[in-house]
Amino acid sequence: MIVIEQVGPLATVQDLGRPGWFGSGVGPAGAADRSSFRLANRLVGNPEEYAGLEVLLGGLVLRADTHVTVAVTGAPAPAVVDATPVGHASVLELEAGQVLRLGLATVGLRSYLAVRGGIAVPPVLGSRSRDTLSGIGPVPLGPGDTLPIGPAPNTIPVIDFAPVADPPADIVTIRAVLGPRDDWFTDPTALFEGAWVMSTDTDRVGARLDRREGPPLERTVERELPTEGMALGSIQVPPSGQPVVFLADHPITGGYPVVAVVLDADVDAVAQARPGQPVRFRPVRADLSSANPAGRA
Amino acid sequence: MRSAPDDFDPDRLIRPAGDRAWLVLPSHRGEVTKLVAALRIGTPSGVEDVLPAAETVLVTLVSPAYAESVRRAIEKILRGMQQPAADQDSDIVSRGTLPDNDSPDDPVVVPVRYDGADLAEVARLLGISQAQVVAEHTGTVWRCAFVGFAPGFGYLESPDARLTVPRRSQARTTIPAGAVALAGGYSAVYPRSTPGGWHLIGTTDLRMWDVDRDPPALIRAGGFVRFVDEGSSG
Repeated sequence: MIVIEQVGPLATVQDLGRPGWFGSGVGPAGAADRSSFRLANRLVGNPEEYAGLEVLLGGLVLRADTHVTVAVTGAPAPAVVDATPVGHASVLELEAGQVLRLGLATVGLRSYLAVRGGIAVPPVLGSRSRDTLSGIGPVPLGPGDTLPIGPAPNTIPVIDFAPVADPPADIVTIRAVLGPRDDWFTDPTALFEGAWVMSTDTDRVGARLDRREGPPLERTVERELPTEGMALGSIQVPPSGQPVVFLADHPITGGYPVVAVVLDADVDAVAQARPGQPVRFRPVRADLSSANPAGRA
Repeated sequence: MRSAPDDFDPDRLIRPAGDRAWLVLPSHRGEVTKLVAALRIGTPSGVEDVLPAAETVLVTLVSPAYAESVRRAIEKILRGMQQPAADQDSDIVSRGTLPDNDSPDDPVVVPVRYDGADLAEVARLLGISQAQVVAEHTGTVWRCAFVGFAPGFGYLESPDARLTVPRRSQARTTIPAGAVALAGGYSAVYPRSTPGGWHLIGTTDLRMWDVDRDPPALIRAGGFVRFVDEGSSG
């Protein structure tokens, strides 16, 4: 068991989400930065889908009440065990009574903490992730919460640390595929010109962008768009012209046109972009990004 | 450019929604249902979820590696739907791959107290009496076109678009769970307490959404629903 002593702005239990519930109106949720989340689990020898913690902007303090093996990845929040600084993206052994403190990361937005054995709260619809939009899954963590740890898996940690690059401190370049509603815009490629800046209005549902330099995104089709499904990473453009990139907890349907969708591999980078950070989009063709390099005929 | 003998243009109908999903735009609303049924019977490998909406279907993939193969499978289904209807009877659709209530003969029955705060306003907007609103609402079998907004919030449409009213000019900050509502040609039952801008015409005690129940949502995409007037039945 681990005991939560303090939390920063938001800390939630996450796993790889609950896909397959669209028919009931439920989105996938899960870790916003999936690659960092998977890495944390791999470091402690867990299967990648075991539940861990997603910590927004650091500030988490937890105490082990038994020996636990943990790892922190994603935004490099400075970590201290009792009084000793410890490495980011490394395997940490906490003895009973030891306290792990995460400070404020200077780059990136979300840190991930995996515990060997996984967080063993009861799953909801097959997942332990908190969906902040639907209110499904374990409630966000607060001081005094205790989290059960599952039995250790058969696999053991094989490396001590992972030398991964930190999220970028300056401009973030995101690849996106035009469509499915690029034909609703005068010039959809305006998305790729100049730079945008991450607004303060960013959460697990989506990241809102402000224009920094470049032409506005103007609609040619003014009629209402009948509600339709929205993929993870959809760049939806409401009448304000200020796009929203949809992240893990996004609504599954929407009524504003989606000018382009972020490549699956780049969604994690959007989830790590901080308010004020410049963002640039680069166009790619969907078929060139897939595992089929020949593209389609 | 692709040249086809007919006006079937797969690149227009099957659009990328990034590299891990396709947004399919069938030629008309009826094909949304057929496409979803076909995808649920013979789900191409690599499909993670299928989301029907008003006029489109979003097909989400397990990973971008399946993009091409799934695209070809969707194209094949759409081409099949272009064929004359003789051998395309909907009886080939396997029951059990859709919601339990996927037949208009066996709808989810929702008992309603028609005591909603906007019943009089709805009657005024439509130029009919409140009793007629209730009669129209209970006198058709509604079909869940899609779900969204909140878990278990099904957008129900009627075959003749009856009771089409706009959304309220001002949304309410709280609408209680079980509120039966109308807006934009759809009817819905609020599965939990949320803000909302639909016109409220009644209340049901049925639990529309319960994560501890299987299935959690009483109304799912493709399912049929009939409302009955609790007041008149006793």
